[in-house]
Amino acid sequence: MRKIAIYGKGGIGKSTTTQNTVAGLAELGKKVMIVGCDPKADSTRLLLHGMAQRTVLDTLREEGEDIDLEDVLKPGFGDTKCVESGGPEPGVGCAGRGIITSINLLEQLGAYDSDKQLDYVFYDVLGDVVCGGFAMPIRDGKAEEVYIVFSGEMMAMYAANNICKSIAKFGKAGTVRLGGLICNSRKVDNEANMIEEFARKLGTQMIHFIPRDNMVQHAEINRKTVIDHDPTHVQADEYRALAKKIDENKMMVLPTPLEMEELESLLIDFGVLN
Amino acid sequence: MGTKKKADLEKFRDLVVEKYPKKVGKKRAKAIINNDPDNIPQIQANIRTIPGIITQRGCTYAGCKGVVLGPTRDIINITHGPIGCGYYSWLTRRNQTKPETEAEANFITYCFSTDMQDANIVFGGEDKLKQAIREAVELFNPKAIGVFSTCPVGLIGDDVHRVAKQMMEEYDNKINIFGFSCEGYRGVSQSAGHHIANNQLYKHLIGNDDTVNGAYKYRINLLGEYNIGGDSFVLEELFKKCGIELVATFSGNSTISQFEQAHTADLSMVMCHRSINYVAEMLETSFGIPWIKVNFIGADATAKALRKVAAYFEDEELKAKVEEVIAKEMTAVNIAREAVLPKTTGKTSMLFVGGSRAHHYQELFSELGIKTIAAGYEFGHRDDYEGRRVLPSIQVDADTRNIEEITVTKDEKRFKERITKEKIAELEKAIDLEYNEYGGLMADMEKGTLVIDDLSHYEMDKLIELYHPDIFCAGIKEKYVVQKMGIPLKQLHNYDSGGPYAGFEGAINFYNDIAMMVSTSIWKELKAPWEREEVIEAAYVY
Repeated sequence: MRKIAIYGKGGIGKSTTTQNTVAGLAELGKKVMIVGCDPKADSTRLLLHGMAQRTVLDTLREEGEDIDLEDVLKPGFGDTKCVESGGPEPGVGCAGRGIITSINLLEQLGAYDSDKQLDYVFYDVLGDVVCGGFAMPIRDGKAEEVYIVFSGEMMAMYAANNICKSIAKFGKAGTVRLGGLICNSRKVDNEANMIEEFARKLGTQMIHFIPRDNMVQHAEINRKTVIDHDPTHVQADEYRALAKKIDENKMMVLPTPLEMEELESLLIDFGVLN
Repeated sequence: MGTKKKADLEKFRDLVVEKYPKKVGKKRAKAIINNDPDNIPQIQANIRTIPGIITQRGCTYAGCKGVVLGPTRDIINITHGPIGCGYYSWLTRRNQTKPETEAEANFITYCFSTDMQDANIVFGGEDKLKQAIREAVELFNPKAIGVFSTCPVGLIGDDVHRVAKQMMEEYDNKINIFGFSCEGYRGVSQSAGHHIANNQLYKHLIGNDDTVNGAYKYRINLLGEYNIGGDSFVLEELFKKCGIELVATFSGNSTISQFEQAHTADLSMVMCHRSINYVAEMLETSFGIPWIKVNFIGADATAKALRKVAAYFEDEELKAKVEEVIAKEMTAVNIAREAVLPKTTGKTSMLFVGGSRAHHYQELFSELGIKTIAAGYEFGHRDDYEGRRVLPSIQVDADTRNIEEITVTKDEKRFKERITKEKIAELEKAIDLEYNEYGGLMADMEKGTLVIDDLSHYEMDKLIELYHPDIFCAGIKEKYVVQKMGIPLKQLHNYDSGGPYAGFEGAINFYNDIAMMVSTSIWKELKAPWEREEVIEAAYVY
């Protein structure tokens, strides 16, 4: 079983990219579980066709420790298994601790056991690595491969670099490695070139460049992934390509994060910071 | 022998610092000082302990809940946090209290906690706290409830102050409920907790009730006396004998209503300067009650403190009464002292405890002819060592900024000047009044003796190994280790089964207990199995 975490700056399109890619893997016949690690609980919406999923933490709170896997794990598109970790309302409690509790519970309930014959588990993690709890999937071997969703703009770059710092740190003692950068294009000038260069400096690869296409939004409005909504569309092929690349990816590295000056000069060289 | 020991004390710092990593050694060196009472050196104090060093210190929560509010019997102190913080700060033996009637509330023997669980961390613990307050009210209907924040509360952002306010409203403001932002990590030591507790005492209790109670004309507060081993009982009795009204003790054997009426007193006496000087100053700024530093540990010190009170009130009758009490009590004290002096004279002691105890108890030891060769505080600040004169030069650091700064202003309606500044100046010429003054520990220790702040376990081992004191005073964490090294240890955080030790009566108890402890060889006789039996030694052959 390959254990993959998707990180990236807030609003970059992590959940959309993850679900579309998971749909691609499902189409390849892979058994995939997806665990949403965001208190907003919107990481499985497209796979479940908008069906409101009761989160692990809500279930835990309402029913106590005595819960069954079926209570929190719902089948989605292509027989994917969908879980939402959930979390407290904004400004209260500790969402990071919630993710830890939730993943521990899934393990305890046997969600990862070999009899489930999973090929992949995906963690879709909120924003940047903001505290220990959100780094949970990349600690203790919960996730072993990280992909960073990314676009050619400054804040996304800072965030990606910070995530690389975490991977470098936890990877030294653990098993986590960086699998690559996924560019979710914003149509910024020179985007692909800059990302290739950034990836090279980090010691990794840009695994795929997803062009911008309105079809993604159309599918989303219909609460579906592109592959599900319009399997013949050219954008569906992009996600199939990404899924295949991830499936075949062998390039797992401990990244070498950049210093702040290096980051800034990269942005200037490629004309993003003017 | 005497000169040799003195020279050795001078070498201590270099000996221990040498063993530390360079940076650690550099930092510790500033906290290990050979004293000079005539030219008081600067000592490093109230600085974060270096991680990895075994410290004597406690946390901010412990200082706030345990020390200052803990001894008050009719407030329910709820620990908001996981159960360990509440359980291990359960005051099972330290502070005593004596309700005046059977009907009076006494919650000291209870331990209240919200027992936070994982789900309360994730979703916030405010609801559970409200539920805990409701349960407490239902079961005990207390006058007041204090809510104490532990570390996780600060991390997840539960607002204990807002909850307290909401709950007060729920009970039509008939129960005084207030919170403390005293998360354990907030300060360098328990000292930060004392300050936080002082602030809340002033904001929520002091001045709430203008009733003037009592039988006697001369009205005082006693600050920084926590009724350990019944010390407060002795002092209460002593004041009664002298005809002095004790309005409020902060906080030994105290009640909420005493705090509420504290502003009706005419003089504050400060025992433990470190833990309560903030309240002393607030009472003066707000209500015009002057404070003087006193010490009721030691018979001579007690006599001195009583004479200060009599001098302050300038009443011949009171002065005569005080002298009469002193004369009577001192007769018994002297008999007890003479009886034990042959056993105690010439012995040496070391005291590492508290934020004033390491100073105060030297009085009792010197009355026994025992010299204190090394002493220091766990949580004292520079002013407790070097005297309040250094206050303006103490740096305000980031840790101090963690503590809420409250503005105390003159209470225009109730402020009353008790004594003019001129009069105080005049009194100070005649008697060592110590008005708004604390000279600190170093002024009272001999030249060359060791003063060490935040003593580490390693340093403690070395002190004992190198200088073999006849008695060591500290707390429970040190007790068994020291005893195993063959030295008797007297706890001064609580008194084990001994005490009270305050006042004249307490001095006699102390003389007898210490004479017993320094005369026994029991701790030296006890040997570990590997010290008794022959050990077969072997070495690895590689």
